[in-house]
Amino acid sequence: MNWLPSPRDFRQSLRTALAATDPLKRLEALADLAQHQLGFLETIQLDNALKKTATTADAPFVQLRLALLSSCTIDHLLPAIRVAGLRRRLLIEVYAGSFGQYRQELLDPTSALLGFRPDIILFSLTAREAIAGVPLGSTTDEANQTIARASADVQQLWRTARETFKATVIQQSFLDVSEPLFGSYDRLVPGTPTRLIAHLNDLLTDAAAQEHVLWLDIARASARDGLDAWFDAARWLQGKIEIAPQSAARYGDLVARLIAAHRGQSKKCLALDLDNTLWGGVIGDDGIEGIRLGEGSAVGEAHAGLQRYAKQLQDRGVILAVCSKNDLATAEAAFRDHPEMVLRRSDIAAFVANWNDKAENLQAIAKQLNIGLDSLVFVDDNPAERARVRECLPMVAVPELPADAAHYVRCIADAGYFEAVNFTEEDRHRAGQYATNAKREALREGSQSMEDFLHGLDMAVMLGPIGPVDLARAVQLINKTNQFNTTTRRYTAEELSRLATAPENMTFQFRLLDRFGDNGLVSVMLLRPLAGEPEVFDIESWVMSCRVFGRQLEFEAMNIVVEAAQNRGIQALRAHYIPTKKNGVIGSLYESLGFSRLPPPLTADGASRWSLNLAEYHTRPTFIVRREP
Amino acid sequence: MTDQDILDLFTRILRDLLTNDAIVLRTDTERSDVPDWDSFSYVNFIVAVEMELSIKFGVADVESFKTVGDIVVKTRALLK
Repeated sequence: MNWLPSPRDFRQSLRTALAATDPLKRLEALADLAQHQLGFLETIQLDNALKKTATTADAPFVQLRLALLSSCTIDHLLPAIRVAGLRRRLLIEVYAGSFGQYRQELLDPTSALLGFRPDIILFSLTAREAIAGVPLGSTTDEANQTIARASADVQQLWRTARETFKATVIQQSFLDVSEPLFGSYDRLVPGTPTRLIAHLNDLLTDAAAQEHVLWLDIARASARDGLDAWFDAARWLQGKIEIAPQSAARYGDLVARLIAAHRGQSKKCLALDLDNTLWGGVIGDDGIEGIRLGEGSAVGEAHAGLQRYAKQLQDRGVILAVCSKNDLATAEAAFRDHPEMVLRRSDIAAFVANWNDKAENLQAIAKQLNIGLDSLVFVDDNPAERARVRECLPMVAVPELPADAAHYVRCIADAGYFEAVNFTEEDRHRAGQYATNAKREALREGSQSMEDFLHGLDMAVMLGPIGPVDLARAVQLINKTNQFNTTTRRYTAEELSRLATAPENMTFQFRLLDRFGDNGLVSVMLLRPLAGEPEVFDIESWVMSCRVFGRQLEFEAMNIVVEAAQNRGIQALRAHYIPTKKNGVIGSLYESLGFSRLPPPLTADGASRWSLNLAEYHTRPTFIVRREP
Repeated sequence: MTDQDILDLFTRILRDLLTNDAIVLRTDTERSDVPDWDSFSYVNFIVAVEMELSIKFGVADVESFKTVGDIVVKTRALLK
């Protein structure tokens, strides 16, 4: 957990936090404390304080219920899970199943688990059970059959969890704590525990990918940290504890980051400092030939290594930015002219090099990319800059880089800022899309007017219902979008699939193309008939990527939806707007689309209700043409 | 560390664990003398002591501990 800064004075901070009488202020103070590296005891203390704090459903914190079902002792992991949740503003209520009783609890219609109504069920199982009784002398076929049975058994648990509880399922990889029998040869013998466990993990990852089950890879984490950190034979003997208390904080963070990723809370952009971060030395002093980068020195290789890692992250959809105190021309020249640069100027979606305060510059970067500040990770070797940004912008993640550049990549990777639960077509092309945005920006600047610009873009929309191929991207878009999101309702893949395949509903996905390229699937709308009023449809959710704001897509989308609704004989549309901290940008969306406001309902979320009589709708002309897929 | 230092550290750890500043451990204190010091928080206590002092008790040690004083004696030996 070395990416987190150490707390200044934990006891004093905790006391101060607890002194706050307002529960929200108290939660904020505790959440701030959770942003620090905490020891085993400190984690329990913070958790105790959290337990004593009334949890309100107030907007900046999200409450959810997690059931941990296990065949081992797991109680010691709960404080760390709650604290890691708090670190991400998730108030996780954890239900720990009775030791080894998870099957009964899943199946028993009167179990406490049912009363708990978990949003998420995490299966934390030990391999001992799964491979028990397999003879060492098993043939390959026998071993395969055993493993296939064990896998099917686990998959059956997933199904029950989904059908009975409608819960999101997390499966934890099996930890291999077995001792070598033959030595290295173990992996070549079908019936050895180590081979069976590896095989079972492989089978289950395939199944998890297919069934949209979230995979918690503690086997990989334990390989990273060393098995001794994760498993302590003494604890196993003392209390059937498989995951050592020593690794509880790490485990909790892995769980919380996966849940946060599933909720679309992972970071989106890596903002990098230049001097002594992206290269060794100070380019303003040392000159382009004086900086250390690439082959020839270990330091230069270390910095090139960070660039390579950034490039790999970009390939999976992370946006790159530069935030540096430098002259712009000098900084850009390095990207253009230094032969060892891995990153090119065109890889950087937002490039800010000046002498202003970095906190201000990060705000400018977020604004330019149209993403929230809480989507940023800021990497800087300078402790003073890091402290300054943490102080001014606590929502920006700032890893505590180690002194040695050799370990920069490890530190950023270990922090898991960019944890993902899918990898979509849009992720693959995101970097290119941000690069073409620069061209769009140039067109805008060269245009006489907004109309002129929109006309010059040659926009086309492709649309259709949400089909199986669109599902992963649609789920990602719905769960990641915070700004243009009318209700901020989140959906799992199964929920969305059910909704989209039910014939009574209408779903739409929109792709926007223009002369610079395909923006991809950028908007989704979900409509259901009102109960008892089949000719009135409710817009349950409508989201749009911030990449295409200001292009009239919302108007063309509504033209399309109204047309389709009329063709189905629908008379009217209903809609809600539920305001959040982030979706103020669409506060007057429905009004601008010609909806009229209904009397306010008495709901706590401050929602406004809107209605549109389709007979009165005026089709709004736009610069977007429709194109057949 | 003197035995008293170790005892003071134990007291602080147990107070933090159980959020109870009234706890004062003595060498003859047994687990049952302290409210809420159940088997779960006992394991947490042992782990916290081990991590705080970078020592490791053996399973035989932990099983033989009757009083806090027993833990102090073992801790002193491990710290040498």
